[in-house]
Amino acid sequence: MALDPTTIRRIATLARIQVDDDRLEPLSQELNGILGWIAQLNEVDVDGVEPLTGGAQMAMKMRDDAVTDGGYPDKILANAPDRNGAFFAVPKVVE
Amino acid sequence: MLTDLTIAQAKAGLEAKQFSALELTEAHLHGIDTLNPRLNAFLTVTAEAAREQAKAADAAIGRGDIRALTGIPLAIKDLFCTQGVRTTAASRILDSFVPPYESTVTANLLADGAVFVGKTNLDEFAMGSSNMTSAFGPVENPWKRRQDQNAILVPGGSSGGSAAAVAARLAMGATGTDTGGSIRQPASFCGLVGVKPSYGRCSRWGVVAFASSLDHPGPFARTVEDSAILLGSMASHDPKDSTSADRPVPDYRAACRRGVAGLRIGIPREYRVDGMSAEIEALWQQGIDWLRAAGAEIVDVSLPHTKYGLATYYIVAPAEASSNLARYDGVRYGLRRDGAELSDMYGNTRAAGFGTEVQRRILIGTYVLSAGYYDAYYLRAQKVRALILRDFTEAFAQVDALLTPTAPSAAFAQGEKMDDPVQMYLNDLFTVGANLAGVPASSVPAGLDSNGLPLGLQIVGRPFDEETVFAVSAEIERAAGFSALPAIRAGV
Repeated sequence: MALDPTTIRRIATLARIQVDDDRLEPLSQELNGILGWIAQLNEVDVDGVEPLTGGAQMAMKMRDDAVTDGGYPDKILANAPDRNGAFFAVPKVVE
Repeated sequence: MLTDLTIAQAKAGLEAKQFSALELTEAHLHGIDTLNPRLNAFLTVTAEAAREQAKAADAAIGRGDIRALTGIPLAIKDLFCTQGVRTTAASRILDSFVPPYESTVTANLLADGAVFVGKTNLDEFAMGSSNMTSAFGPVENPWKRRQDQNAILVPGGSSGGSAAAVAARLAMGATGTDTGGSIRQPASFCGLVGVKPSYGRCSRWGVVAFASSLDHPGPFARTVEDSAILLGSMASHDPKDSTSADRPVPDYRAACRRGVAGLRIGIPREYRVDGMSAEIEALWQQGIDWLRAAGAEIVDVSLPHTKYGLATYYIVAPAEASSNLARYDGVRYGLRRDGAELSDMYGNTRAAGFGTEVQRRILIGTYVLSAGYYDAYYLRAQKVRALILRDFTEAFAQVDALLTPTAPSAAFAQGEKMDDPVQMYLNDLFTVGANLAGVPASSVPAGLDSNGLPLGLQIVGRPFDEETVFAVSAEIERAAGFSALPAIRAGV
């Protein structure tokens, strides 16, 4: 399952990272090196094994579906690169 | 020198009013002024806030309100959000981020009276084993090769700044985070004790997320007892972290005095890897002999899936990272690079804000989660992860703790192991299993290599049995009598 530059371009688009054309070839070599090394997992017999999501040795707790925090838009917006009143501002999406 | 005291000694000195918390803090701030321009261990020094906290500690001591860490100067990895203090994750994308809230772990330390001298350098988003991926420059390890004083060594990573700061006596202890070895490997490289507790023991709330199922906050200190004091303060049940463990925090400091008589210590045979250096192998044998002499029973055990730990990690961690780091989009906080359309703004922001290693891991993570590859990579890795946990569970049916080396080598020089990402990843060979399984583990300085550089031994325990980890760690510390000092340190 080698990654060619076209696949790298597709992944970069999915990941929303702008990648210059001259980076596609070196990136495909680096990532193929890592994936080639990872391929050793194919040796492992995983038939009938339930996947493990995490290291937590406990059952997840339920909590009330209730608002416990909030009501301070200025704090939330304090780090915003751009704002408009009590809203985050972004480039125009809809013409 | 006040900066040479352990936390336990400083607590006693403060209580007996032999010196003030302000004097103790000033001594460390002076060390930072002198050495940080060279070491680059701190990204932000909070001198004025530290003086205010120290004065408050002196007032508290004056009225007899002495808590676990009253007046103790600590360094905080710049991955923990600190209210009103810039928190960068060593990334350009968070260059100017000032959290409006305090992480649970740092809030616990502050509630116990600690003084924060600053925020420490790290690999960008904690992705690395050398501190070389920081957007704000590498950290110099305060230790020097005996035969080559000019070589600049790495402190390990990702918590490299925290490790360098504590080793150089710029703080008495520090917080770190450990996702694949990021506390234990730098502790080994810098001659420190580092503890990665059980998953869920320390809240992850307010810690910048890398790989949520693998991230573990934990302490650095110069002694096992000091690390026990710190973990006792950092650990708590936190309703704001749904994976936080709702169990009482034991008296870790008392556990350090338990001894190891009657304990069964497992030696996992798969950790004896091909090409292991003779020095590491000899140190490991030394550790085995020390524990046996102290009354422990040594048992050979098998963790058959050990060799698959790293490959599993390098699917699971990038997958979780690609999801966690999706939030950095130039909209709500952090860097923004404009573009003609919204999607261009996202792409430009993330290309400019993330460094090479972070981009590499996001791309790998996106790939292994993408349609058509999810089962082959991510789902398979999760199944191997289950087998790795089963290995530990079966081993802990036979033994109380495991003893292994922490890292395959001592600290290497800046620029080494940089050409091939996989070579750098191999640093976490012995540490990554404990992250995948969520079990507690420590690294304790146990000896020096032929260059005079520190080497650590790793102790791994059952889930939530940090107490046995501390007991065994303290015995290794006692037997090793590790007294070597780094060449670069405050007061020299």
